[in-house]
Amino acid sequence: MKFLVLISQVPDTTARIAFTNDNTQYDGNGVTWIVNPYDEWYALVRALELKEANGGSVTTITVGGADCDATIRKALAIGADDAVRVDAQPTDAYGVAAQVAAYAKDKGFDVVIAGKETIDHNGSQVAGMVAELLDLPYVPLASKLDMAGNTATVERDVPGGVEVVEVNAPFVISAAKGMAEQRIPNMRGIMAARTKPLTVVPAAPVETLSSTVKFELPPAKQAVKMIPADQAGQLIELLHTEAKVI
Amino acid sequence: MSVVVFIDTRGDKLPKAAQEALTYGKHIAAKLGGGVTAVTFGDGANLEGLGAFGATKVVVAKGVKTIESQQLTKLVADTATTEKAQVIVCVHDGTGKAVAPRVAARLKAGHVAGAIGLPNMDGGFQVKRNVFSGKAQAWVSITSPVKVISMMANSIPIESNGSPATVSDFGGDLGAARVTVKEVRKSGGGINLPEAEIVVSAGRGMKGPEFWAPVEELAKELGAATACSRPVADMHWRPHHEHVGQTGVAIRPNCYIAIGISGAIQHLAGVNQSKVIAVINKDPEAPFFKAADYGIIGDAAEVLPQLIAAAKKLNAER
Ligand SMILES: Cc1cc2nc3c(=O)[nH]c(=O)nc-3n(C[C@H](O)[C@H](O)[C@H](O)COP(=O)(O)OP(=O)(O)OC[C@H]3O[C@@H](n4cnc5c(N)ncnc54)[C@H](O)[C@@H]3O)c2cc1C
Ligand SMILES: Nc1ncnc2c1ncn2[C@@H]1O[C@H](COP(=O)(O)O)[C@@H](O)[C@H]1O
Repeated sequence: MKFLVLISQVPDTTARIAFTNDNTQYDGNGVTWIVNPYDEWYALVRALELKEANGGSVTTITVGGADCDATIRKALAIGADDAVRVDAQPTDAYGVAAQVAAYAKDKGFDVVIAGKETIDHNGSQVAGMVAELLDLPYVPLASKLDMAGNTATVERDVPGGVEVVEVNAPFVISAAKGMAEQRIPNMRGIMAARTKPLTVVPAAPVETLSSTVKFELPPAKQAVKMIPADQAGQLIELLHTEAKVI
Repeated sequence: MSVVVFIDTRGDKLPKAAQEALTYGKHIAAKLGGGVTAVTFGDGANLEGLGAFGATKVVVAKGVKTIESQQLTKLVADTATTEKAQVIVCVHDGTGKAVAPRVAARLKAGHVAGAIGLPNMDGGFQVKRNVFSGKAQAWVSITSPVKVISMMANSIPIESNGSPATVSDFGGDLGAARVTVKEVRKSGGGINLPEAEIVVSAGRGMKGPEFWAPVEELAKELGAATACSRPVADMHWRPHHEHVGQTGVAIRPNCYIAIGISGAIQHLAGVNQSKVIAVINKDPEAPFFKAADYGIIGDAAEVLPQLIAAAKKLNAER
């Protein structure tokens, strides 16, 4: 099996969210960048487990500038065989998907795995778009992935429950919680990552269909109204009569 | 100049998010001066009834019973093309996430995922959406002729004053299913968390799964869904689909009641768009109080029975 894992770089989950240039750009000053948790904990680790069990290869792909190389090396340290970076600044989800599809279309990948969503864009878009551009089946929000030969059995979250589905490779899948357990890279992995291939490929021409024009931060909260613990029932009354939400 | 709204109508009750999506589409269609065509699949009952929420026409692919993304993408994209739709509205849930991005890529349409309000169509076409797991919002401008919007649940008040819609079967070829469903496991009969207007949530402060009965009882009295923090799901005290936060479900109910949850930044990310937040924690220094509208410093074991009693009293009075 040839796996292609989509890896994106996002601000650390504790990073300060602030904007510059009249609220048109994220302020990345002093921010630590990490591999998007869904990509790292679930998509990448499950691909590695399946490769370790059945053979094959795991390649990662990232659309972004040279500033992504450090997070890409982290994915290599966890165990990916090689990495590709498409040298393009992501514009919108379609732009990312079109770059991934342009690279992947004639490479014969059996399984293309992305994370469920990025924790900065929260789109859950890229993987579905890649599937459409490559004309492949797509199983989003998968919490379990098993392979027997060419056939995958997948559990996925759907409104109101979980579905068990079957699909034959090649296909695209997005990974949610449950698919694997996080792996911490060890020293050997980190050393090996330094010499693993990270190929930079030039961007394909891609249209921009949408763009973020302005950010807003949520309005600041009013001071909290405290209720004594021995009169806790008041909370229910206040939620009913004052806040009018129950 | 029409609007196509893609919804999942399977099951005996039309999901609240589907009603919202239709209302959402109706408002856009009114601005564009066109009608709303609802697109759906499977054998959901009372499709004429979708007219109440704004659909003038309903197109249904009865033969498709499951969320097969390629077949449904063809269904939605072909209908949108036939109807000359300028805007396609989906729900940002497990069904919409399988279909909306594909439809967008197929039609080369800009796609806004996770919209939290109606688009601003004065001059351009801008949609507000959640970013950074709810820690901020962004206005996204779509520049392509066709536009796809996936709407978050609880983004618009439902309106249901329309007249019955005309229903027709989709006549085109949707190709063969390449993803086959082997088994479906329903997750209880409770209230669907992303759509819930009231959520009662509890964390590691509860000490163990055996102490969840009062949490569930309070939720039941309030007609609320239950949720939990990440460690609680990780330790299997509660099912994973209840895990809210940056790496769980993001919700925006009217009322979020958090019991024994510290309020870590990753937890807040998924819940801080709740209209009103009430926090019960025995530690006065718990960071959650800074994000709360109402707070009680106290032990869950002492506070919960009082809340349940008060909720019962309220229910008896109304
Ligand atoms: C990358 C990353 C992603 C994450 N994503 C998420 C996420 O999506 N969602 C999430 O929830 N967390 C997430 N976390 C974890 C997060 O950082 C916190 O560890 C977690 O939210 C803490 O859960 P908790 O509040 O239930 O537990 P604790 O932090 O242990 O807090 C328990 C609270 O209960 C109170 N308490 C104890 N006993 C009682 C009592 N008898 N009565 C009342 N109160 C009591 C304590 O004072 C304390 O404040 C993430 C972490 C990382 C690193
Ligand atoms: N710039 C990128 N490069 C590579 N993969 C990406 C990029 N952005 C997003 N992805 C992948 O697509 C998934 C969904 O992203 P999103 O649609 O932004 O929520 C992520 O979890 C990644 O696996």
